[in-house]
Amino acid sequence: MSIEIRNIKKNFGQFSALNDVSLDVPSGELVALLGPSGCGKTTLLRIIAGLETPDSGNILFYGNDATERQVREREVGFVFQHYALFRHMTVFENVAFGLRVRPKHTRPNEAEIKRRVHELLNLVQLDWLADRYPPQLSGGQRQRIALARALAVEPKVLLLDEPFGALDAKVRKELRRWLRRLHDELHITSIFVTHDQEEALEVADRVVVINKGKIEQIGSPQEVYDHPVSPFVYQFLGNVNQFDSHVHNGAAKIGEVNLKIDAHPDTQNSPALAFVRPHDIEIYNEQHPEKLGFEAIVRYVNAVGPLVRVELERADHTELVEAELTQERFRELNLTAAQHVFIYPRNVRVFLKGDNAGA
Amino acid sequence: MSGINTSQYSRYQSKVARSRATSEPAWVRYLLIGIALSFLSLFLFVPLAAVFTEALRKGFDTYVTALSDPDAFAAIKLTFLAAVIAVPLNLVFGVSAAWAITKFEFKGKSILITLIDLPFAVSPVIAGLIYVLIFGAQGWFGSYLIDNDIKIVFAVPGIVLATIFVTFPFVARELIPLMQAQGKDEEEAGLVLGASGWQILWRITLPNVKWGLLYGVILTNARAMGEFGAVSVVSGHIRGLTNTMPLHVEILYNEYNYAAAFAVASLLALLALVTLALKTFVEWRAARDASLSENASQ
Repeated sequence: MSIEIRNIKKNFGQFSALNDVSLDVPSGELVALLGPSGCGKTTLLRIIAGLETPDSGNILFYGNDATERQVREREVGFVFQHYALFRHMTVFENVAFGLRVRPKHTRPNEAEIKRRVHELLNLVQLDWLADRYPPQLSGGQRQRIALARALAVEPKVLLLDEPFGALDAKVRKELRRWLRRLHDELHITSIFVTHDQEEALEVADRVVVINKGKIEQIGSPQEVYDHPVSPFVYQFLGNVNQFDSHVHNGAAKIGEVNLKIDAHPDTQNSPALAFVRPHDIEIYNEQHPEKLGFEAIVRYVNAVGPLVRVELERADHTELVEAELTQERFRELNLTAAQHVFIYPRNVRVFLKGDNAGA
Repeated sequence: MSGINTSQYSRYQSKVARSRATSEPAWVRYLLIGIALSFLSLFLFVPLAAVFTEALRKGFDTYVTALSDPDAFAAIKLTFLAAVIAVPLNLVFGVSAAWAITKFEFKGKSILITLIDLPFAVSPVIAGLIYVLIFGAQGWFGSYLIDNDIKIVFAVPGIVLATIFVTFPFVARELIPLMQAQGKDEEEAGLVLGASGWQILWRITLPNVKWGLLYGVILTNARAMGEFGAVSVVSGHIRGLTNTMPLHVEILYNEYNYAAAFAVASLLALLALVTLALKTFVEWRAARDASLSENASQ
């Protein structure tokens, strides 16, 4: 089912949780609402489910206005952040709940309920836990039961609030891939809320970056990572180095160095922020004859893992710079703390100050 | 007021007490236990024993006669009647008040919470007087009631009203902290799964608070049967008609009929003991459920 969100506004007292948010979710897509805590992403999810009412704006399901529709008539499945499993019911009864509370004429008979519940428990690979109670399950198991319970009512939309938030790192990774596979099997329109950019970029078809109640950017994971439209998106998605600079005639001046950039050819002497990802910082032991860069001092090296992270301080002592390089390159350079090197930023992205639209 | 909540930690506390590192020297422990025990004996066990010895002093036959006296029997009946009406009403009120307070946001919520505590705060005598002032012959509705021949004060309805008033905080007070701690996630989950308000109440909310609810009911019942002050004001002390057990005890005592007074008193004491036993059982079950799920999740 496709969902259209039209000009949703929601205030909690003086606090504006959502400020004129519009979003289209095509049928069958898996969309991530990504943003820092308090940005309004969970409020948006709860408004789609009908658990909160917007102050203004509309929600359309399949092009039909559902804003006034009761929660129970919306045919949504909701997975709560802390799962909200019914603690006094067995796993089986938890999953069966949505079927049992149906009005008599649409309620399946006992045999059918049994069949459906076991089918769902098999889908989440936890059929052997049917007789347990929720407190007896691990976090990952509870998560999957919560999902099975939400799917039991055959929802047209699946909404997940921080689905992996309360799990440890390893289980999180596994479940994330499992959710992606499950979505590829079921093709149910799904929206999940997360504050973890890695999770959003890995799992979702599309990522919606939200900040302070507004949508900053909508796009595929590749798009939002490679072409962030605002300083906020740039900083929120992955590590980044930020430099104070001045843009003048198609060049960004950082410190005493004029770096050529592709954007803003006509801008005259405007203060700006320049962003460079750590893996776009090249390090050399000697000054490069052609490239423009800075002299810097190595402050700290962390060589754990496939990428080596190096923290450097510019020789003019103004800014710290983080760089990432391969183990191979690291050994070539033979970096140690306090060593003097030369750094050359690639793919510099510049955002003029007071202008969030960027380049 | 939150006996259920604290008792869940008793297992944990007993573990802490057992550990040698944190325990006091032996003589301190025995001294403290000794003080507590002698205090308990002096103020609880001795009076309790006295009630039963006095009741049975003139033999078992006198005891039975005293209890089967028609006035005594009427008092017992009235006490149970008041409890049978007050407890279910306060059960319904307590659940709806706790539900409203913990699951919804509305204006005047804190005033409602304060008002629920009112019967704890005012003297029971005042509670009784309120009803005399409203329904008595000189009260607000006095002339209307007399014209229509409806008796409230100095009759059974007055006693029931006073009993309801003094007992209405118990269930709500017991449930509110419990339901606040549980939050409304499960109710919302039920709502999204298509359950109606009734289904959510019966299938999710009530099963989750059943032990706290039962505990509140036991406390309500104990207070309803034992209430003296408020009931005394509205009763009028008409023998065989408007005397509850506590009032009947007082009358017999004032007439120097000690054996009968203690016989009825022993019945009240017995009810109290049964209540305590039930309360302990409920606490034990609630704590067991809680620790079972705790252990399982570890």
